[in-house]
Amino acid sequence: MNDTPTKASYWQAAPMAVIFALFFVVPLVVIVVVSFWSYNQYSITPAFILSNYTDIFHGCFAQLPGLCTTFATYLQTLIFCAEVWALTLVIGFAIAYFLVFEVRSQTMQIVLALVCTIPFWTSNVIRMISWIPLLGRNGLVNQMLLSLGIVHKPLEWLLYSHFSVLLAFVHLNTVFMIVPILNSMARIDRSLIEAAHDSGASGWQTLWNVLVPLSKPGIAIGSIFVITIVMGDYITIGIMGGQQIASVGKVIQVQTNFLQFPLAAANAVVLLACVLGLIWALTRLVDIRKEL
Amino acid sequence: MSYKLNGTSVDRRTFLKGTAAAGTAILGSQILGAPAVHAAEGVTLRYLGTAVNQSADIAKKCKEDTGITIEYIPVTTDEVAKRIITQPNSFDLVDSEYFSLPNLIPSGNLLGMDAKKIKYADKLATVITKGEVDGKKIGLQGTAPSKVFYLEGEHSTKFAKSPTEWISLIPTTYNADTLGMRPDLIGRKVEHWKELLNPEFKGRVALINVPSIGIMDAAMAIESAGLFKYGDKGNQTKDEIDFTIKTLIAAKKAGQFRAFWTDFNESVNLMASGEVVLQSMWSPAVTAVRSKGIKCEYPGLAEGYRGWASGFGLPRTTRGKKMDAAYEFVNWFLSGWAGAYLNRQGYYSAVLETAKAHMEPYEWDFWMEGKPAAKDIHAPDGTLIEKAGAVRDGGSYVARMGHVACWNSVMDQNEYMVRKWNEFIAA
Repeated sequence: MNDTPTKASYWQAAPMAVIFALFFVVPLVVIVVVSFWSYNQYSITPAFILSNYTDIFHGCFAQLPGLCTTFATYLQTLIFCAEVWALTLVIGFAIAYFLVFEVRSQTMQIVLALVCTIPFWTSNVIRMISWIPLLGRNGLVNQMLLSLGIVHKPLEWLLYSHFSVLLAFVHLNTVFMIVPILNSMARIDRSLIEAAHDSGASGWQTLWNVLVPLSKPGIAIGSIFVITIVMGDYITIGIMGGQQIASVGKVIQVQTNFLQFPLAAANAVVLLACVLGLIWALTRLVDIRKEL
Repeated sequence: MSYKLNGTSVDRRTFLKGTAAAGTAILGSQILGAPAVHAAEGVTLRYLGTAVNQSADIAKKCKEDTGITIEYIPVTTDEVAKRIITQPNSFDLVDSEYFSLPNLIPSGNLLGMDAKKIKYADKLATVITKGEVDGKKIGLQGTAPSKVFYLEGEHSTKFAKSPTEWISLIPTTYNADTLGMRPDLIGRKVEHWKELLNPEFKGRVALINVPSIGIMDAAMAIESAGLFKYGDKGNQTKDEIDFTIKTLIAAKKAGQFRAFWTDFNESVNLMASGEVVLQSMWSPAVTAVRSKGIKCEYPGLAEGYRGWASGFGLPRTTRGKKMDAAYEFVNWFLSGWAGAYLNRQGYYSAVLETAKAHMEPYEWDFWMEGKPAAKDIHAPDGTLIEKAGAVRDGGSYVARMGHVACWNSVMDQNEYMVRKWNEFIAA
């Protein structure tokens, strides 16, 4: 095998590289550049100022251990991230396990995997909104609980709450966990499991010492999907949280609406740094390149 | 064979003819944005605005009457302002809210509109031009249209103190907003803005999450509750903003608010589902809730209304035939048919007398005079809005517009206000 790149391989990589440069690298550079510009209510001016960044963290360090808006918002987003990640991981892993090891025929595996994607046939806003008649004060769940006599007045925390945001996030993002884990698991040699069994490992031991390590690349990729989606989301938090819960994305959106582009750009850069930090930490745990 | 160009279907012949006619002389944004192919048969105007005024019926009638094709670009209020600043060549005519003007005019991207070319310039509603209804001054706190109505010149970036020939925006629609409520779930009359903060409605209140509007509703409630007396609710000082936000945060932490909304439909859903019984609301949203057969009221409150108004403006890139067509369209818009259409939706039109001529007397009596409906009242699309005998909430034009206390606004401390508003949402 020849490892030295040839002219042909450069040409083969060129289309993707051009698209990547034009639609990802250039906009990103622009965002970083603009984050140092100054602005007023109707224009932005090239400059090199740091005030956009200092504005974001205005009073944050003086206020400690109290949380300023920025820290509180990031903390909130990180909490969602951790919760959604843990839940989608457990659920996604369980479903992938079921599909790979419990379903015998391959046709059935494919059919069931496709069933998992059915919710994606409609837009995610519609998927979220359909929770509202279910969870609302006069929604189906509350009506059922009331008529069964389990509660005496409608539960308020079912909708426009931390709970409802979490529910929608898990509902929307579990499939991003299922698919990569499924892919990793399907490649596990079954004789390894038999070998573990023959060596006297219990079910849990096999799971923990054989299946989980071998599914790591899938888990890592799924985690990257879920974490990046949750960190940047503001629509799910907006709709399901009744806009009462802050998110970094929402702050950026409000700022762009008020034409404070440099401030929004600075916020985007900070958010990007956080997400990259998380992903960097994740790749410390699993060397995705090697595993693939 | 036909091509799709910018959403408009053009057959190949016209396309070739048009391109040939346009020649090489005009190259640039104009030709990219709107094909010059229509030059021979009539002009297409790209009309940027919120969906509020962009009715297909109006475009159709306009085409019949004037031959001008209207191509709507529907976006949100904030997006309108953003487009004017960042892409003034992407539209030929804009329908913007007056409150955005302090952010837009200094950019120089909007031209003054020549009053001499506006046929009904001297008949425009005085509530917009002078801040008067029936000769009486109304509340002008906030960015009242009369404060930003005239420019010093066609290309001026400053507002004129006294009337000039150059108008910033020619009014299209305006209205007086108040709180929407569910009488069946509240069970009593709501007469003051302070009810928004009343713990009686804990967890059943919503506020609009558009800072320029939400802060006005909040200030109305705070002043009504006697917590604070503002110098100008629509132009608060840093201290005043601090107080407003502090009060809102306290209410939020106590669980007063069920949700915040930004989109018209969200407000309809909140109200119709009973999640919320009292909230910031827009008049057509109230109509939408009622059309589901659910009781919803829009009562006039003792402290008055929060006013808003929007109007036509020209971006600096519009010229030549398009410019003439834009003026022709604006004149057509003011000539009555469109005004009557808007009045029947519960908005108010810019030139009342031309709209009156296009409405049935019983319609005029119901919508504008506050009299009981002599016959069933229908929306322009035919849906039944009110049965005979009903009276419009808040009453007549004079009773509603005459009691406007403040207007949607962009404050001098806008940046600070937005930052504090984000704090409130995050709290």
